[in-house]
Amino acid sequence: MTTTHPGATERTPVVPLPAGAARAATAVGALATAASTLLAWTWTPEFPGNLTISGYPGGLQVLTLTASLLTLLMTAASYHLPGLRWLLPTGSDNAVALLAAGTFATTWYTLVAISAELGGIVNLEPGGYAAGAASLLTLLAALGLPLDRRTRESLRVKVVPPSRDGGSGHAAALPSRLTYPGRLAAFLAARAYLAVSPRLSFTKRPLKAPAHLPAWGEILVVIAAYAAALGIFTYGIDTSYAELFAGFLLTAVFGVIALAQAGVLARLSAITAHQRPIAVAAAFAAAAAFPFTQSDDQYATIGVNILVFATVALGLNVVVGLAGLLDLGYVAFLGVGAYAAALVSGSPSSRFSSIHFPFWAAVLTGAAAAMVFGVLIGAPTLRLRGDYLAIVTLGFGEIFRIAVLNMDGSSGPQLTGGPNGIHDIPDLKILGFDFGQPHQLGGLSLGRFANYYLLMLLFTVFVVTVFSRASNSRIGRAWIAIREDETAALAMGINGFRLKLLAFALGAGLAGLAGTVQAHVTFTVVPEQYQFAGPVPPNSAFLLAAVVLGGMGTISGPLIGASLLYLIPAKFQFLQNYQLLGFGVALVLLMRFRPEGLIPNRRQQLEYHDDTLPGDTGGPTAATPEKDVVGLTQAGA
Amino acid sequence: MTTDTLTTPAGPGAPAPGTPLLQASGVTMRFGGLTAVNNVDLTVNTGEIIGLIGPNGAGKTTFFNCLTGLYVPTEGTVTYQGAVLPAKPFKVTQAGIARTFQNIRLFPNMTVLENVIVGRHCRTRQGLLSALLRGPGFRRSEAESRERAMELLAFVGLDGKADHLARNLPYGEQRKLEIARALASDPGLLLLDEPTAGMNPQETRVTEELIFAIRDQGVAVLVIEHDMRFIFNLCDRTAVLVQGQKLVEGDSATVQSDERVIAAYLGTPFEGAPGADEAAEVAAAEEHAAGAAAEPATGAASDGTTEDSAPRTTPASQEDPK
Repeated sequence: MTTTHPGATERTPVVPLPAGAARAATAVGALATAASTLLAWTWTPEFPGNLTISGYPGGLQVLTLTASLLTLLMTAASYHLPGLRWLLPTGSDNAVALLAAGTFATTWYTLVAISAELGGIVNLEPGGYAAGAASLLTLLAALGLPLDRRTRESLRVKVVPPSRDGGSGHAAALPSRLTYPGRLAAFLAARAYLAVSPRLSFTKRPLKAPAHLPAWGEILVVIAAYAAALGIFTYGIDTSYAELFAGFLLTAVFGVIALAQAGVLARLSAITAHQRPIAVAAAFAAAAAFPFTQSDDQYATIGVNILVFATVALGLNVVVGLAGLLDLGYVAFLGVGAYAAALVSGSPSSRFSSIHFPFWAAVLTGAAAAMVFGVLIGAPTLRLRGDYLAIVTLGFGEIFRIAVLNMDGSSGPQLTGGPNGIHDIPDLKILGFDFGQPHQLGGLSLGRFANYYLLMLLFTVFVVTVFSRASNSRIGRAWIAIREDETAALAMGINGFRLKLLAFALGAGLAGLAGTVQAHVTFTVVPEQYQFAGPVPPNSAFLLAAVVLGGMGTISGPLIGASLLYLIPAKFQFLQNYQLLGFGVALVLLMRFRPEGLIPNRRQQLEYHDDTLPGDTGGPTAATPEKDVVGLTQAGA
Repeated sequence: MTTDTLTTPAGPGAPAPGTPLLQASGVTMRFGGLTAVNNVDLTVNTGEIIGLIGPNGAGKTTFFNCLTGLYVPTEGTVTYQGAVLPAKPFKVTQAGIARTFQNIRLFPNMTVLENVIVGRHCRTRQGLLSALLRGPGFRRSEAESRERAMELLAFVGLDGKADHLARNLPYGEQRKLEIARALASDPGLLLLDEPTAGMNPQETRVTEELIFAIRDQGVAVLVIEHDMRFIFNLCDRTAVLVQGQKLVEGDSATVQSDERVIAAYLGTPFEGAPGADEAAEVAAAEEHAAGAAAEPATGAASDGTTEDSAPRTTPASQEDPK
């Protein structure tokens, strides 16, 4: 048995197979899985998606087909086939194994879901069994590939096969009274455990030198990547039943991790950084194209809600991610913006129903009102640090909601309509364009929510611009300095209080901005929309979670975090009662395994994963320090 | 060559060498009943390197914090270039006093270059609006900050590591980076709080050279240190702080020969009767031990106190016949 050092990586299979056979079996298994989706998996169309038609994959079968074809493609790339080199720049077989695992998970999830919903595995057609067997074969074969794994030295014990004449495999560990079959079983168990115990290693392998792409080639790659992202995102939003969304999540999660392991994502981000203006334009175009992919307004609603949520989360990222101020009452600023816009919208239930501001004026009113509230709340509270600030902002957030609830004319002055809120907020009309009416554009119909989606997108772009420009400036650096070490920042001539107040006010203003659109999208504003925690995002807890989950201090992090946090509860309606439980479990797991969030900030990635720094090459470096220590002590003695 | 770029004056309107820059008079700092700093006067002239030494807990860092606005002195005033210093740290830095910390306080998750650019904060004016609009003024200011920061990194010898995270630098380089960051605010006076703590002799030498180079730029330096050789090589004058009070101030010869300073660091020798008695006891014990050594059979029980002075010629085996 070779000696390995703790934290070293090794390239061993989980299932002991010759590498060549494993690779071939993976390819065959993936092909067989793909073929099995052409068969009927169940006999009745009662299971959503209709998996009964042979030769025409439907619903979850499409996901299995996609995953298995991806596996096949990646396996082909691992054969170094010409033309597929771009798919596997790291050359790591982990990517193949992860895709095979994704195929397996999606397929078996489908089979289990069919059996559970229709009452027993009897409901599976032979095609279903074939799919299950083929995907299992693919996974086992892929686990026989030489995978990059992190060794756990402490678990390595010398395991020797036992012999019949009484010599035990491991004398110290196995009591001698065990009979031969017992010892054999213990040996096999130990071997199996040793094979499985090293974790898949996610340390970065160096990328192979990329083929030089001309500029137009890079642009095409960027456009294709964003088009693919739009396609995947649209598919996810449009999933019409929970099973399909669950399958989609499984496939997508495994697929993304596999692509990261393959090095495709790193390559892609390098190209994106190289073609920055094109990439930004392509991202905007992809986002703007979303409503045009929708045949009806049902899913555009989700789109506009995600955008509102994501925009507010990005505003919170100024406060939390840049300046490091933990604000637990942030949703109040969204509420201030929404109420301000509703009051001047000309709604008949508004206190000032005669006032009807044009939209630009309403936006300015909402943002200004939120900013004023931000300064009013920030001025006294920002003298506190850390946990105390979090508690006080939590309190102010609730004070806002309860105050609005009571300003109904009986408990307090009539301003907000109390629990009824302000309703019948009229639709926007900008330059004669009525947002409430569907419009035809180039043969495609844009419904009410699609209109608002496009409007909200402009606001999101504005907030993204503000965030990126502010963070990369003298002010942004001062915020980060305050977050890192406030005392040192003061000693560097930074007026800590003023800059914290500025961050608070800017964050509040951006939330107020989003609130003005939200008021018009939802027709009504009521206090219950602006809670600390509730089932429907945005609320303060979910906003903070979106920022932390996505990645603090980044732009794409909160956008992705907000999308996930909105979509998952919206699609899994049946989980309603357990939603917050699942949310808590997910947060705990995330903080355990990826404390820097899904999209790590360049800085935080270095902070939390020091062991992956260049120079940590495992074996040799682990040995040298010891040697040096010995040398030193000898010299000292 | 890199130092040439730094010949521009340090601090806005630095006065001619030899004139008083910082004047602390009667500075007293009390925390409740504890007087950490008691009526300390100190003057730093332009172009000077002043040392501040004293045993642990003497109040050196507290005095520093009084100078930099982190604490507001209970009594006394601190003036810089004739004006009373404001009681806010960032205003003190703006006035032209920069500092480093005893326990390094960098911005660990910012790059080395960003750390230094943050030091430029109070010498640049671009606000949030200008950052959002990205006009020509913003770009010019950013470029200037970056250029000046790179100059300073070259000055301290860190220009090759501009893109590293500050937290990943080795200890000695973190100290240097802290000095570069402090210099970025164009100070007239630099306060260094134990700049060589934890350094080996070579690193200490390099730091010494660095501080001389800083002085040659026209920046006065006030430095706290425990390394006496370092202080006496470096400083034009040294002040000794003991239990919150300034004991003595002067050049290295004056301080080194002052008995009170020696007493503060080493303690005073016992004088009078107890000392004489003890000396007599020791002499008696030595005599006894010498006598024991002459008689091997009984002298084996010589006690440990005289072990060193009494040569033990008795092998252990000779104890057995008894």
